[in-house]
Formats: sequence, C-alpha cells, structure tokens
Amino acid sequence: MKAQSTAEMVGSRPSSRISNASSTPETSQSPNPALELCGLSKSFTLGGGLFKRGRTLGAVNDVSLRIPRGQVMGLVGESGCGKSTLAKMLLGLTSPTEGDVLVDGEPLRGADQKALARHIQPIFQDPYSSLNPRKRIAQIVGLPLRVHGIGTAREQATRVAETLDVVGLPRRAAEQFPGQLSGGQRQRVAIARALIMRPDIVICDEPTSALDVSVQAQILNLLLDLKTEFGLTYLFISHDLAVVEHLVDRVAVMYLGRIVEEGSREQIFSAPRHPYTQALLDSALTPEPGLGVPDIGLGDAMPDPSNPPSGCAFHPRCPKAQAICQQTRPRLEEFRGGNARVACHLA
Amino acid sequence: MTTSNVSATVSSARRPGASLGEVPLPVPAWSRVTRRIFGHRGLAIGLIVVGLAVLIAIFAPLLAPHDPYHQDIANRMVPPVWHDKGSWVHVLGTDKLGRDTLSRLLFGTRISLTIGLVVALISGIIGTTLGVLAGYFGGRVDAVISYIITTRLAMPVVLVALALASLTGGSLITVILLLGLLLWDRFAVVSRSVTQQMRDAEYVYAARTLGCSLPYILLREVLPNIAGSLIVVMTLEMAHAILLEATLSFLGMGVQPPLPSWGLMVAEGKAYMFFQPWVIAIPGIALFLLVLAINLLGDGLRDLNAPGGRN
Repeated sequence: MKAQSTAEMVGSRPSSRISNASSTPETSQSPNPALELCGLSKSFTLGGGLFKRGRTLGAVNDVSLRIPRGQVMGLVGESGCGKSTLAKMLLGLTSPTEGDVLVDGEPLRGADQKALARHIQPIFQDPYSSLNPRKRIAQIVGLPLRVHGIGTAREQATRVAETLDVVGLPRRAAEQFPGQLSGGQRQRVAIARALIMRPDIVICDEPTSALDVSVQAQILNLLLDLKTEFGLTYLFISHDLAVVEHLVDRVAVMYLGRIVEEGSREQIFSAPRHPYTQALLDSALTPEPGLGVPDIGLGDAMPDPSNPPSGCAFHPRCPKAQAICQQTRPRLEEFRGGNARVACHLA
Repeated sequence: MTTSNVSATVSSARRPGASLGEVPLPVPAWSRVTRRIFGHRGLAIGLIVVGLAVLIAIFAPLLAPHDPYHQDIANRMVPPVWHDKGSWVHVLGTDKLGRDTLSRLLFGTRISLTIGLVVALISGIIGTTLGVLAGYFGGRVDAVISYIITTRLAMPVVLVALALASLTGGSLITVILLLGLLLWDRFAVVSRSVTQQMRDAEYVYAARTLGCSLPYILLREVLPNIAGSLIVVMTLEMAHAILLEATLSFLGMGVQPPLPSWGLMVAEGKAYMFFQPWVIAIPGIALFLLVLAINLLGDGLRDLNAPGGRN
C-alpha cells in the first residue's frame, strides 16, 4: 500500500529533527495507559455579569476513564451531555475545575501546551469551520511544524506533501484553499494536520457527523488504517452508535456530564445494563425501510443541566425508575471482574 | 447609510466560502479580480472617482493653473467660465480675496483625502484592537470594552469635537487626532461581533491546541477573516471623517485659513450664497462627489466580500 511506504519513509529518518520530535517505539512500550482521566469535572458559571454571580452548571462531573495504548475508546451520549467539554479539557483548551488528566502518566495540569500538542491532537466535527478559509492547504497542514519550529522550510514542505499522501489527498491540493475542496477532502486535511506531528493520541470529536453518508465510510476506514499504521490511540466521540460499533474497542456512555456505563464493545452492544444505554441502542435507525423512526420511550428532552434531577439524573426519563432512583445517586460499580462499569441501582 | 450597512457587513462576513467542491477555472487571479470589479457598476464608478481624486491630490501642483494662496484683489469674485462674465483665466472663478477656486479645489483634495485616510487608520487601529479583544476574550474584558463603546456611542461626535477643538484650537493635526480618537466605535462594534463568531471556530481551537501564541491567533487566524468587513467600515469612516472635517472647518473649529479646505471654502462663501451661489456650490459639489464615490466603493467592496463572491 502506498500510504504504508510513505509512512515508513517519514518515520525512519534518524538525522532529521522531525523524527526526534515524534513518538519513538520505546515510549509506546510504557506501561501507563495512553490517557487516564481521574475524577475530571468542569463547571461553568451562567448568567453572571460584571458584578453579580451566576448559577453553576456542571458540564462534566467526576469522569474517570482509562484508555489503553492503541485502543479506540468510544464516547457516546446525546448532544449537551458534556462530550465536547470533555474533549476540550483533554486538548488543554479549558482547564478542569477538579481532577486531572494523565497523558502517558504525566499530569496535564500545568503542562506546556506545546508539549501537550505533541501527544494529543484533535480532529473536529465540522470540516467547514476547522480550516481557516483564508489559508492554503499547505499552510494549514504545515502550521504545527512551523509553530513548533520543526525542520527547515524545505523539510516542512516535504513533510506536508508526504502527509497529504498518507491521508489520500492529491499533491495539488496543497496550493488550494479550503473552499475549493469537498467536505470529505477537508476532513482529510484536518486529519493530515492532526497527524503531521505524529501524536500518540487523537481526539476525534464527531469527525463524520458533518459528512455525507457515502463519505463517512471512507473517512472511518482512513482513520482505522492510520490507527494501525501509526499505532494511534483514539478517543472517538460520537452520538452515532452505528459509527461507534464499526470502530471502537470500548465504549463509555455519558449522560448529563457523568459516565453511566462503560464496557467493551461486545458487552455494550449485546448486553447493555443501563436503561439509558438500552434506549440509545433502541434509538439507532435501521436500514430496513418502512419501519419508521423507532419509539424509544425516553419521553421528554434532556433535563436542564444547570438544574439536574435529584438522585439518578436519568430517573425522570427512565422507564424502570423506582423510588430509590429519585433519592440516591447510583455509584459507578464495576462488574465482570472490573472489565465493565455501570451506574444504576437496578442493573 | 450607517446601521444597515454595518449589520449587512456583519452578516456577510460570517460565512467562510460556502461553495462545495467545485473545480476552479484556470483563470489568472488578476483578470478574475478585474472582471469582478468592473462587473459591479457602483464599485467601478466609486473606484474611478476615488482614483481620480488620489491622482489629483498627488499631482495638484502640476494640475493647478494658479497658486491657491495667491490673492488678486483686482479680480475678486470672478464668476466661473459658463457665466456671462466668466473667463478661461479662472475656469471656476475666484473667491472674495481673488484666489483661484479651481486651484484651491484641487489642493483641497489633499486635505480631504489625508484626513479621511489618517483618521480611518487611527480609528481603525483603536477600534479593531478593542473589538477583537472584546470579541475574543468575552466575559469581563468584553463587559469593560462594551462599556467603553457604549460611553463613546453616547457622545455626540460633532459637539464633542467642537468643544475639544475650541479648547485646543483648530488645526489640521488637531482635527485628525480628534476625529481619529472619536470615530473608532463602528470598527469596535463590527470587529467585536465578527470575532465573537470566530472565537469558537474550530480552526481557532486547532491553533490553540497547537500552542500558537495569542498574538499569532489574533493576527494570523482571526484578523485575515475579519479584514473584509473592516475595509468596508474603513471606507465608510473615511467618508464620515471627510464630512466631519468640512463641518468643523465650516464652523471655524477645524482646519484654519488660508488652507484650502473644502469646508472652509463653503464657510468663506456663505455670505455670497444668494447672489454668487457658485462660491459655495462648487466646493459643496466636490465634497458630495468624493463622499458619494467613497460610499459606492465601500458598498461595492462589501458585495465583493459577500459569501458568493469569493472562492
């Protein structure tokens, strides 16, 4: 495969400073998980003015997750459940209110943004907004190298061309503006920008939800190919369970800022224990015509996160809710020998 | 002309090229630009008139038939050439001191254009800095800067400028500084709202994730995307400044005699308004044409900057 050979060429240049900056095989043997979230919380203040205090909104509450090296962790949940806030914290765009993130065993709190950028890179949802419309593709993809001062101008240009090859873009795309590319091509540019620094971890924030269905599959396959090629670890955020099932090793389900269930792909998709996970799975559209939109029995929309329900946050929508659900919040308990976790009194 | 233009600018600036993967025609960039400019009639007219004004300002000493300061008491109030008593010596006649109106008009272009450009630059720098900071940081920074903008908007420009000019005494430099320090509000309002939309653009997030410095993000990622709207505001503020200079000079608080400012020429002719109307009509028409042309230019640039206009 063409992409494979170029990738080897990029990786095996001992003299250039570029290869020193990227991850070397030794570090990937480290026993630490690639990414570990310890009791991560983020709250915002709403409605505050210059002199008055506002209400507090807990967007992410006490999230703990371990993502082993080389694995794909899916993070699913409705919009507004805190997925994107979580992603922003992992990228260092906002600092957590409580808790910390360990990137390869190193705490993210107080870490240098540039050092972090060499480990974690994002792929954003909207390829129309993630590329600066006033810059050429070569400038966009080469920006990480320029900011980090890696290589000479000529080395940077070669590296950009190689990376465009790897993501399957024609070389002439380098001189074009984002407006001249299609959605799928733009997302390939975004992937190239994320990969040019050779990060260990890529945070994919709904990378296919803005694309046509026909293009989605291409981008997902590209992401899978790149994962095996570069030994990447993905945190794959999505609301689309069909996409998640295709790609991930493990799944974490988020509801109102908390993880309600986490487990392997097989466990989540074949034997979900949390009623919310079950409802999410029931809500997935089938390709079968004539079935219509499934009735998932969730009733109302998601409650206001600045005023969450008492006890289990899911109880107002839960078909199985009982008295205890309104009073005490269920803890995230391990089962299957610690291989899976669920937060439900009834599970 | 004011509010509707600004709001249209804001809404037109928010969509970065919306066209899907269309194949660009292999037309040279320059010819594409010229074709677009001359396809827009208002823009073409504005560009030609403003271009002429710039040429006149630069070559005024070569074009002017007389010294604009030379007084010829024997030839006072000579009417223009189309009048019965007009002559080709003074094509547009002379004023009450016998100075050649055409020469003064040509040299006056320099003053108007200088004021327009320098004021737009000063106020553009002040307003854009405030607006971009407010829009990018939001929160308290935004609250403080919005307060400053509101304070400025609450001041009547002409009255404040008059009061300050009467304290400092009028001169070309004073007028430029006064107007430059007063006319930044529209720059601030426009750049603030456009930057607010850009703050959460994912390419700004991408740059922040990479560890790009704040000046890099503001100057290289944000500014190029708001430049289109700012150029439009700049043309509008140029026209605004030129009119205000004429107003101040007319009221005696702006540029001082004997400088050939158009506003001053109108002021000097107002006593003769009923029997020799050309004395004030000629500089008035010049003012009108220049301001109109600059506004046409601004509107045309705004249309060019609109979503469909760029690839």
